[in-house]
Parts: sequence; structure tokens; C-alpha cells
Amino acid sequence: MPSLAGLFFWMNVKIENIKKLNVIKSLKLDCGKTISNFPLAYETYGTLNQNKDNAILVFHALTGDQFVTGTNPITKKEGWWITAVGPDKAIDTNKYFVICANVIGGCMGSLGPKNINPETKVPYGLDFPVITIKDMIRAQESLLEHLGIKKLLCATGGSMGGMQLLQFCTTFPDKTFSAVPIACSSSHSAQNIALNELARQAIMADPVWDNGKYVLKDAQPKNGLAVARMVGHISYLSEKGMQEKFGRKLQEKADYEFSFNADFQVESYLRHQGYAFTERFDANSILYITRAMDYFDLSKQFKGGLIEAFKNQKTKFLIISFSSDWLYTTKENKDIVIALNASGADVSYSEIITDKGHDSFLLNEPEFLKTLKSFIDSMYEKFKNEKRI
Amino acid sequence: MRNLKMKKEFKVIADLLSNNTRVLDVGCGDGSLMSLLKKEKNIEVRGLELSQENVQQCIHKGLPVIQGNAETELHQFPDQSFDYVVLSQTLQAFYEPEKVLKDLLRIGKSVIVSIPNFGYWKVRTKLLFFGKMPVTKTLPNTWYNTPNLHMCTIKDLFNFCDEKNINIKKVVGVNEDKTSLIYKNNLEIKNLFSKLGIFLIG
Repeated sequence: MPSLAGLFFWMNVKIENIKKLNVIKSLKLDCGKTISNFPLAYETYGTLNQNKDNAILVFHALTGDQFVTGTNPITKKEGWWITAVGPDKAIDTNKYFVICANVIGGCMGSLGPKNINPETKVPYGLDFPVITIKDMIRAQESLLEHLGIKKLLCATGGSMGGMQLLQFCTTFPDKTFSAVPIACSSSHSAQNIALNELARQAIMADPVWDNGKYVLKDAQPKNGLAVARMVGHISYLSEKGMQEKFGRKLQEKADYEFSFNADFQVESYLRHQGYAFTERFDANSILYITRAMDYFDLSKQFKGGLIEAFKNQKTKFLIISFSSDWLYTTKENKDIVIALNASGADVSYSEIITDKGHDSFLLNEPEFLKTLKSFIDSMYEKFKNEKRI
Repeated sequence: MRNLKMKKEFKVIADLLSNNTRVLDVGCGDGSLMSLLKKEKNIEVRGLELSQENVQQCIHKGLPVIQGNAETELHQFPDQSFDYVVLSQTLQAFYEPEKVLKDLLRIGKSVIVSIPNFGYWKVRTKLLFFGKMPVTKTLPNTWYNTPNLHMCTIKDLFNFCDEKNINIKKVVGVNEDKTSLIYKNNLEIKNLFSKLGIFLIG
């Protein structure tokens, strides 16, 4: 096992080899600051056809990255959406050209708090500007320009990916023919903000964090970050799903140890997930990205509220929610449907019945994947026809 | 349920609708009617459907559909946002048909409601001669598993509209492949010989 400093060095070396677009034009962020000449890391799968009508943009969630499917070259693990994207999958890369970019504020090659601040010549840390969901998608628009795609066939994403998508559709109403926001919300609820705050406080309570200055020392507040991830993991499961998966099962032991070691399987699972995460994710990135999520409130941007936000939408929507998702509930997803309906947009909606909670969109949920595939394939036929006319 | 329905019904409904309008099909099933309306009359269709499997079918056909329960979720559609709202053979299955009908009239400028006619002579004779709840082609379920909570006759719905001051624009009676217009003066006889009543109201 390499030392942490060594691991980061190795990761940085690897990150040099991934696809990056240097965004030259300046981007005025919502916070008032301007960034320019910054890296946007991305990956593509499949081939863009001659008519350029088979492109699908995927927005990733909080801890995701641009490596949607196949093997992630940095972590050597499977891409985060391998269940849905790939050859012969719901989003078939034999047929479609799939694009995904790492969000700004992230840590997989796009500009983030780990990068060198050109003014101080040291990593940003907390000098990195606070970003928003809108900043993220505006940065990604440059990538579409770079790839020469005027209009996407479809854009999709779950959780924060869905939030980026809603923002994308309202900021750039002509950029995608269809959209599938999954398990998301048009604004972060008090519960969502509270859970994010718990994650942030866990990181900040770790002495290694040192006001974000750990980046100067090549350290990582592992303990805090691991707890932050554990909070996340609990919120991604459902009560029933968790009970079925773990129950009160003990971790490789016959009886209680009468200690604070991980006696229960659920404890062991959380510890493992928490600490594994610290090897691939930057703690400051969690602070910045969760903040962006908390600030997200689509209706606030449009004076008339959500209906006003979706006014004159030509994009064809399919909203999908999961019955046991308590993080981004069916109700929150339905509110988006109601607003789209009220604004006269073309909208479909499906609630997938499952015990697997918010995580469902990443898992092999046959009904979900079938619905996703049906929609995208039917949209492709429509888009081709529309282009022909 | 929809696949058991007479194709004739959809043709009658299609004939009642004008081209290039906006139509909401409540309880749209697998989208057969929506497909027909879109293809034949260039109608902008939307569906509301309860079953996951049917929703999936509609999406597969590229038809916009919202998964939901008409009994509780019609509130999401704004006032007068559709030229027509169609409710095919489902009115009798709601807990509160009156409330649903009111909502449909709020959403649509006109409403098309079709009902299996409990006044059809075969239904009447089954009850009269056998003393049992009738099971027919249009009413295939038995008393204990039928989704139909509020069975009514064409005459009942006709009178209901009169009582509630709901404007009846047209009523079509359907029996197999035959259709006929129903008015107040032929109501008694048509109520006896129609399997299905299709009302254009609002």
C-alpha cells in the first residue's frame, strides 16, 4: 500500500493522461468571481455519427466522475453507471455517443480546490471560489461546442446529475431534444441540506483538514471524509433495503465482542465504504460540491417559480423516481412533473417500485433500465425524423 | 382492461375529436387510443396511467405518459389546459366518480366519457332471470373481483348530467359494430340496446 502522499502523486500523474479540454473563454461564476483558461476533464463512449444526432450527455452525481462505464483508468474500478451505459445496455454505446464531464469543483481532472491557484502558485484549498450547479453546466457547454454538437439527442443524470440537467434545460433550452432527470429535485430540501451539513461538519471536525490547508501538505482528512461518506451511504439506502441486506448480522464472528470494533455487518460496510472513498476523493471537493447542491433552487432563479422556469420548453422530458428514495422523494420528483405539465411541456413520468432507495438508479433495476431504454430509443427515432424534415 | 375494449369505441371517440387539438387520455392503458389519435388526426396527446407495465408500453411507443392515479392526481393539470379529456370505461371504477368528472370538466374544454351500459338488455335479463350479477363481454368480472364500484346505465349518466347542469353535446350508443345517436326521445330504447355509451359533454 503506497503512502498517502505517494498515492496522491501517483493519482496526479495518472490524471495528466486523461482527456481534458482547456476552456479558454472566461466564465463568470454566480459568486461574482471569474475563471478562465481552466481544465475540464471528460470521457466519451461510442462514436458520434455523421449527422451528429446520436449524442447523449450524462451528468454525474456528487461523488461520480466522467468515467461512466468500462474501467475507470484511475481507480481501476467499474464505471459508476456500468449498469445503464455500454454496448447493448439501456444507453447503448454501439448506437449512441455518450459524453460525460467531471464537474468543476470536482477532483478527477476538472478545475477544483486541489488545483494550483495561478495567483498564489499553491493549491487553492478554500481559496477556490464557491461554485453552483449553474456554473457546472455552463462550464460543460464549452465541451459541446468543442465536440461540435449543436443539439444533443438526450441528456440524463441522477441525483445531482438530475439537478444539473434541470438547470441545463432551463439555461440552454435548445441544446437537447430530450431529457431524463432521475431521482432529483428542483431545489434542495431542508433534510438534504442538513445531511450535507453533517458531511461537511465531519470533514471540518477532522484536525487534518486544517481549514482546507491539508492540500498544501499532501495530506487528506481521512477520518472526517470517511464519516462524510458514511452519512451519504445511509441516505442512499432505504430502511427496508438496509434491514434486508444487513439485518443484525454480525461481521465474521459468532457473538458480540463487547468492544467498539465493527461487530455488525452494517458497521463494517460503512467503515469499508467510508475509508475506500478517501482514496479516490478530495475532502475539499465534497465541501464545494455539496454547497453547490444546497444552493440549488431552480424556482428562485425564475421570478414566477418553477412553472416560469420551464416556460416554452421544447425538450421532451421523462422524469423517473424510486418509491423507496427518501433523499429525493417521489413527491419532489412529481413537483417537477406538475410544473412541466402546467407550463405545457412534453413530459412523461414513471415511479419505479423498489426497496433499494436512492441508489436504485445506479443498480440493476430491470424496470428502470427498460423504461430508460424505451424512452431514449423512441426519442432517437423522433429526433432523426425531425432533423430529416 | 383496455385490450378487452371494442376497437369500435376508439373509432367513435376519434370521430368526435377535431384535428390538431390537445387531448388528455385519462387511464390511457397501453396507448392504443393515443397512437390512433396522433396518427389519424394529428392530435397532441398526453396520457395518465396507473400501471407501470402500461406506462412502459406508452414510453416505448414514444407517447408522453404520466404514471399516476386519476382519482388522486388530476389536480396537477391546469384549468382548461386541454381541448378534450377522454375517460374510457373507467368512470364506474372510481371511489368518487362525481369528483373525478368535475375535475375532468375543469381540465378539458370538453370531456368524452364512455361507460359500459348496465341497462343493456342482456345485463338486465341475466339479473332478472338468473338472479345473479351479470357477467358479459363488456363486464367480464364477477361481483367480488370487479373494479367497477359504481355501475350505471346510459340513462343514469344522462340524468346525472341534466341534474348537475352539465351540457350534453352528443351521446353515441355502441352495440358491436353499430353506432347510433342517443337523444332524450330515444333514450329508453337505446338504453336497452347499447352495450356502451359514449358521452361528449362540457
